[in-house]
Amino acid sequence: MTRFAASRLLLAVGGVGTAVLLLLALGGLPDLGAVPHPYADRAVHAALDHDTANVVSSVTFDQRAFDTLGEEFVLFAAAVAAVLLLRRFHDEEQDAHDLDYGPRDVWGAARLVGFALLAPTVLVGLYVVTHGAISPGGGFQGGAVLATGLHLAYLAGDYRTLRRLRPLAVFDVAEAIGAAGFVLLGLSALFVGDPFLTNWLPTGTLGDLASAGTVGLFNVAVGMEVATALVLLLAKFLDQALVVRRDGDESP
Amino acid sequence: MIADLLVGMLLVATAVTGTAVALTRDPTRQALVLSAYGLVLGVLMVALQAPDVALAQIGIGTAIVPLLVILTVAKVDRELADREGADDTGDGTGEDTGDDAGAREGRR
Repeated sequence: MTRFAASRLLLAVGGVGTAVLLLLALGGLPDLGAVPHPYADRAVHAALDHDTANVVSSVTFDQRAFDTLGEEFVLFAAAVAAVLLLRRFHDEEQDAHDLDYGPRDVWGAARLVGFALLAPTVLVGLYVVTHGAISPGGGFQGGAVLATGLHLAYLAGDYRTLRRLRPLAVFDVAEAIGAAGFVLLGLSALFVGDPFLTNWLPTGTLGDLASAGTVGLFNVAVGMEVATALVLLLAKFLDQALVVRRDGDESP
Repeated sequence: MIADLLVGMLLVATAVTGTAVALTRDPTRQALVLSAYGLVLGVLMVALQAPDVALAQIGIGTAIVPLLVILTVAKVDRELADREGADDTGDGTGEDTGDDAGAREGRR
């Protein structure tokens, strides 16, 4: 009991100490966006040199595209690993019992909202992906919106509807194309004599949809990869939870 | 000033919801609280002028991660219920219909 009390005391002292130090540090932070920052200034200049209105996109897909390549393949590897680990084993079978989950189990209001939001959300996702070079967002964010938006079909209908909406064979291929597209686009710079991942295309006019050279194309490749990877990941989890059964178990 | 106040309030809300996530013990409830925490974090990011990060945070932190947790809990619950059911028919006791129904209810 005393050991318990001592550990509680230690936790309290540590917690309060950390909180005080963090609060003191908070007072020393520069104001949001107020102080000129050497890296921010250079990043903005470099972005404007390539007519990229969204500086964040310029940093991720032009100035530091190599980091983004690694980040993209982290997600690719995670999705592939999940698909591999959650595949159906030989002692498991499919049971369609829960495929009809939906219409009778979900509130009418939720179904209506899901139905009404499905198309607009997918459209917003496509917009965010394609306009990544000129407005906030890009491939990662738009891909996440696309993947979550697609699952409104599950809320509005049932699992059968969702499965019809996302043929996994197509998404498998699309994920590979998205990941490979990024690398091939980076390699394309070599053919005009520039280093890997160089933004070598004409950069156009600042603020135009077709501006910023390769940044827009990189965003599309990443958007494709992220959206399909997240859909595949969720598909495997949904299959495991709703459809896959151990062999020999009677279905309830 | 108003911006500072807004960010301050959102930071407090983040701390409160974050603590709530840590203090929730049941994984299914925790996933829902995590979802609320993700939403607060997303709003904080909008207040800090990072709408793009907020978009990804809300998509992944509020929708996908809690869904993965809930689906995993549902799968584990069902496996356990199935196994119990199999054991009980083997023993011949067979009195877990209530448990089974409860587990099924949990999936919904």
